[in-house]
Amino acid sequence: MGRERLRIPLYTLLVGIVLLGLWQGLVGGAPAGKGLPGPLAVARTASEMLSHPFYDNGPNDKGIGLQLLASLGRLLTGYLAASVVAIVMGVVLGLSPSLYRAVNPYIQVLKPISPLAWMPLFLYTIKDSSAAAMLVIFMSSLWPTLANTAFGVASIRRDYLNVAALLQLSWPRRLVRVVLPAAAPAIVAGLRISIGSAWVAIVAAEMLIGGTGIGYFVWNEWNNLALTSVIFAILAIGVIGVLLDAGLGRLSRRLAYTE
Amino acid sequence: MAHLEIDHVTKHFPAPDGRGQVCVFRDVAFSIARGEFLTMIGHSGCGKSTLLNIIAGLERASAGGVVLEGREVTRAGMDRMVVFQNFSLMPWMTVAENIRLAVRAAHPGWSRAQVGADVARYVAMVGLSGAEDKRPAALSGGMRQRVGLARAFSTQPKVLLLDEPFAQIDALTRGVIQDELVRMWEASRNTVFMVTHDVDEAILLSDRIALMTRGPEARLAEIIDVKIPRPRTRAALIDDPEYLRLRTHVLRFLVEGARPAPADDEVTRSTGRQPVLVRGSDITGGRPL
Repeated sequence: MGRERLRIPLYTLLVGIVLLGLWQGLVGGAPAGKGLPGPLAVARTASEMLSHPFYDNGPNDKGIGLQLLASLGRLLTGYLAASVVAIVMGVVLGLSPSLYRAVNPYIQVLKPISPLAWMPLFLYTIKDSSAAAMLVIFMSSLWPTLANTAFGVASIRRDYLNVAALLQLSWPRRLVRVVLPAAAPAIVAGLRISIGSAWVAIVAAEMLIGGTGIGYFVWNEWNNLALTSVIFAILAIGVIGVLLDAGLGRLSRRLAYTE
Repeated sequence: MAHLEIDHVTKHFPAPDGRGQVCVFRDVAFSIARGEFLTMIGHSGCGKSTLLNIIAGLERASAGGVVLEGREVTRAGMDRMVVFQNFSLMPWMTVAENIRLAVRAAHPGWSRAQVGADVARYVAMVGLSGAEDKRPAALSGGMRQRVGLARAFSTQPKVLLLDEPFAQIDALTRGVIQDELVRMWEASRNTVFMVTHDVDEAILLSDRIALMTRGPEARLAEIIDVKIPRPRTRAALIDDPEYLRLRTHVLRFLVEGARPAPADDEVTRSTGRQPVLVRGSDITGGRPL
């Protein structure tokens, strides 16, 4: 049993070593300063950046920790606002099939639009690049939660709503005790997709607006031709993405139920 | 005096092909006295569960209505509570939370402590003490329906509506829970309307049994009295001649699909008449379908 449990992590480690080996092998031949940096060079940069992640030497020289915090701050603001709006709208649409059918064509048209396409309009109307980025996040995390909430609420088993009707539960109580818990697994699945797409969108949005944030950092380091920093930032984006998803994964396990 | 009156209720559904309407049952009329236990038996599709839902206020009658204590009821209310065939417990709530939802709804003014005490009382009544914090998924079918019964009784409804409550419970447990139902009902004496297709269950529990003809366009064929004194036990019923007579009567009705013309079997035999397949005109009393 113990050996069985160790096998998968061991394979994971092996795959990692093979990938790093390939990477080093492919770029190793190039002289320093030319071609892509290898894993050893990136590791050196990483340890350097992680040793003082929060330094601040003016607008174009901040630690990676500060950049990530700036991105996460924007992410959470836009994401939380979008989640509230999406869940409220989703519940309303899910409870009213005719309204759902009436507005669904608009949702279908708006959904596939890249959130970045809205950026010029946001910049023009609110004239604040950081707020515009938050609105881009808002747009990117609205639809999955909205669609999942509406679907989850619409497919609540009739029986649960019947019990709520028999017990004459007031609307707020019905919402809190029956509708939201019944639809919670679907809602959290939507929230999970949303935070993924929001994290994807924030990097691109920050490349456009500049100033702070991990996306801006990547672009700035590219302009400095500091490719080790770019690669390390890419890895950091990935790790943060995994952590965000894992947090919602835990929430989803807490709210899951079996019928 | 009629406590609950089913006043010539008819139910139509939209036809499956989308054209026109299908009549599930027509012109069903009967009444139930206060504290009486009436069971409706019929084949699948005769609309007995639909009728139960109409009484509960979960569905609307196409014609006719339901009168409780002299007032028409068209919507769900705390005076009528349903025990569902599939239990319909909230799967995200524990046993205690499921019952608490009902107790709180029935007694909005109660303090937390009062509600808690009442929940504990009903949990104990159905023998689930110790399982309060389990979710329905962790319980057997029998235990789940105990929660269903506790939830329904805890609201102290005037009318208890039982929708094939034992159909999804294994045969051995079924008897135990039927006894628990009888015990709780004898203490509370709610008016009960139950639907089932289990003849033994109907005779064991009921004061009267209503027989529905086959659907679509089902009708109430007859209502028979169960004059077996209570308390009844399964063991005593086995040899009871009245039980055997009723059982034969109901089974013959179900097999033949409609009213057996003379209710008395002896007459049938002495006149040499064989049971005949029923025609539509037998059900509608000669009028064309």
